[in-house]
Amino acid sequence: MLKKLDQFKIGETGLIKKVEGEGRLRRRLFDMGVTPGATVYLRKVAPLGDPLEVTIRGYELTLRKSEAQLVVLEVEDKK
Amino acid sequence: MKRFALAGNPNCGKTTLFNSLTGSTAHVGNWPGVTVEKKDGVYKKLEEHVSIIDLPGIYSLSPYTNEEVIARNYILDEHPDLVINIVDATNLERNLYLTTQLLEINVPMIIALNMIDVLNKEGTVIDVEAIEKKIGVPVVAVSALKEDNLDNLMKRAYEASKQPREGKTIITNKDILHLIGDVNIAFKGKEVENPLFHAIKLVENDELEVANHNDLVSMVEAFKKTFNDETFGDDFEAIIADNRYHYISDNFHTVVKKAVKEEEEDGKKAVKMSRSDKIDKVLTHRVFGLLIFAVVLFFVFHLTFGENLFFIGAGGLFENVNPSFAGTAWEGMIWHEGGINSPGVILFNAFDMTFGWFIEVVGGWMSGAPEWLSGFVCDGVLSGLFSILGFLPQILVLFLFFAIMEDTGYMARVAFILDRIFRKFGLSGRAFIPMIMGFGCSVPAMINTRTLADDKERTSTIRVIPFFSCGAKLPILTAIAGGVAGAFGFAHVDLITYSMYVVGIVAAIVCVLLMRHTTQKGDAAPFIMELPEYHWPQFKALMIHLWDKAKHFVKKAFTIILASTIVIWFLSNFGWNWRYLGSMDGSILQSLGQLIQPIFTPLGFGAQLSAFGWVFAVAAITGLIAKENVIATFSVLAAVIVSGFEGTEEGVEEAIIMIQNTGITWQGCIAFIAFNMLTIPCFAACATAKAELPKGQFKWTLAFWLVASYIGTAVIYSVLNIFPSNLNGHAYKNGQLAWAIPVVCVIVALAVLTPFAIKWWNARKARKANLGA
Repeated sequence: MLKKLDQFKIGETGLIKKVEGEGRLRRRLFDMGVTPGATVYLRKVAPLGDPLEVTIRGYELTLRKSEAQLVVLEVEDKK
Repeated sequence: MKRFALAGNPNCGKTTLFNSLTGSTAHVGNWPGVTVEKKDGVYKKLEEHVSIIDLPGIYSLSPYTNEEVIARNYILDEHPDLVINIVDATNLERNLYLTTQLLEINVPMIIALNMIDVLNKEGTVIDVEAIEKKIGVPVVAVSALKEDNLDNLMKRAYEASKQPREGKTIITNKDILHLIGDVNIAFKGKEVENPLFHAIKLVENDELEVANHNDLVSMVEAFKKTFNDETFGDDFEAIIADNRYHYISDNFHTVVKKAVKEEEEDGKKAVKMSRSDKIDKVLTHRVFGLLIFAVVLFFVFHLTFGENLFFIGAGGLFENVNPSFAGTAWEGMIWHEGGINSPGVILFNAFDMTFGWFIEVVGGWMSGAPEWLSGFVCDGVLSGLFSILGFLPQILVLFLFFAIMEDTGYMARVAFILDRIFRKFGLSGRAFIPMIMGFGCSVPAMINTRTLADDKERTSTIRVIPFFSCGAKLPILTAIAGGVAGAFGFAHVDLITYSMYVVGIVAAIVCVLLMRHTTQKGDAAPFIMELPEYHWPQFKALMIHLWDKAKHFVKKAFTIILASTIVIWFLSNFGWNWRYLGSMDGSILQSLGQLIQPIFTPLGFGAQLSAFGWVFAVAAITGLIAKENVIATFSVLAAVIVSGFEGTEEGVEEAIIMIQNTGITWQGCIAFIAFNMLTIPCFAACATAKAELPKGQFKWTLAFWLVASYIGTAVIYSVLNIFPSNLNGHAYKNGQLAWAIPVVCVIVALAVLTPFAIKWWNARKARKANLGA
């Protein structure tokens, strides 16, 4: 099932399929390791509900929901 | 002398390595992007001395922040003899991404595999030789912190620097390679240096490259039309990034052998609960995170500026414990009637006492000298210099706390927690750090804005930083608030002080909102940031950092500020006939002050004042050089009005004399404080702003400060005039007025904020509607 990162619940894991958006923002996401094929684990949401903290490529990255919305992931269907 | 450049991700131990190699004074921080400028030092253990250049920490050679542009341009244009690429061994995957880009540049290179001690401790084994074989440049495992194997690293680096290296790429996609090859040839034909690097960046649609080599873009575009990858379409950027990461995971997955393999396989997340996670659970807690931060911030300021450390008052404590203390110099320095001082205040007092003693001694020596000479040395040079140096302890204490927060990794979490709030004002959570630093000093605060990616966000932030009342503005607040209390019988000094801080913050919010909707228009910059692991701050690094700051501050005191105090002393002691007057009365400064005095009439301290009224205008002007001058000017003039008057430490008596002799109202006094808080900052801050702002923005920034302070102060003054100017009158008792000030502040704030809040809300709605449609 495809799902966007901003729709994730804490503790959910997914495999990046596609990174949308354009220009500098998208470039930055690539540079920080947010590329198709990487596994993302949503660790935490900031006290006011945004931004998010994820584990990707072995480190912790924080990004806003508006940026997370650009990341499309494949998640395992719930059993 | 050969030059070796250090390049690597933020937080990979780059600055630690720099400090270890050069024994020099660069700052190490755990805030991603703390190295805000190039630093260099010398490594002396080779047959010849080598210059080491510490570049800003970067994730990629694509230009995203100013730091990335600085690092990229250095490597490409300054031709270092070698690049030492520092790679954090505990996070190979992301660190090697930069390596794959550095490899494409024609420069000798060596990889320093850092933090190997951490891996060894975990029992993880890394095959250094295998990495070297695959990557094709020397790789040396080191520990920058423990200074392990650094000699070997430098020896091999020196060897490698002797031979030129041709750039090479790890990109494997055949069609893209073909295109890169063609562009590469075109670049070679144009005799561009580093053709391969430029070719790849152009294919990646890199904004700098597209701007510089527009003629070749059509070549890439034409190729793009014929190209269609099954997963990525014609998205070259994505293909190349994907290629790089694939290369890394394919080749380097096997070089790391973890000791705790079984554990990892069964309980995926249970094992993952590291020390950092546990700390994070508390510090970024959903409910308590913000609260904890507020408490931390309160204690930082309390420990630096507080005069009642334990909130218990002193209550004769020391007299009882050891009666011989009472009445000695220790009283007043460490405690006073109101309570025990904080470390910051104790240091401040100690400095102040030492300087006072020094001036007295020098004054004694000079008792035989001509009056103008002793006046020049004691009043002009020494007291001016020491009034600035006196702030050094408190500024250092404040920076020590900020440095600890940075080094431990807490600052990054603060940005994480606060981003949501800051976004409402059109800024990202990162903008919080420079703003909070502004309470200490605007200069480092403005330099720190380099970590912001968006130019408009930077400009807006730099402009409002002076509104966060800095350490040097604090004396203005305490002296005049104390004066108002003394002259008008108003009991709540701290209330005025506190309200003025609030006024500054509100002004900053209003102005940021205003700018982000008009001249600095734009959506909040993206917030994509690494959260580094927590670690204990290193004592050595902290001391190096403080030493750096102290050096900078002392240098400033002895150059700009010394020069300006001499000029002010001259202007305030000499008349137009170029004769020494020994007082301000009839001085050049006075006539200049009288000339501009009417400008301040709408603000409450202009033409409506009597004889000595020009002093407020003069004080505001001298404040442009250093804010400490404001109260210093009062002090000088008080001695003129009341003969035999000796200056007091906090300037309260001076302020009372000013109020009584100029006939200024209490509203005028508060307006005067507000004006000094909002107007053009000191000379040093202006110079920094000019250097940090984008080209051409400085003159507008000066105009912005003038307009903001003039309008802001006029509004505050007129609103305050609703209240009677005689505070001892029957209608308003002190208690009522005490509440009136903050209430008025809030009303003004709300009135100004509302239109912007509405505007913002509309914009948000419109955006949401667009997305829905």
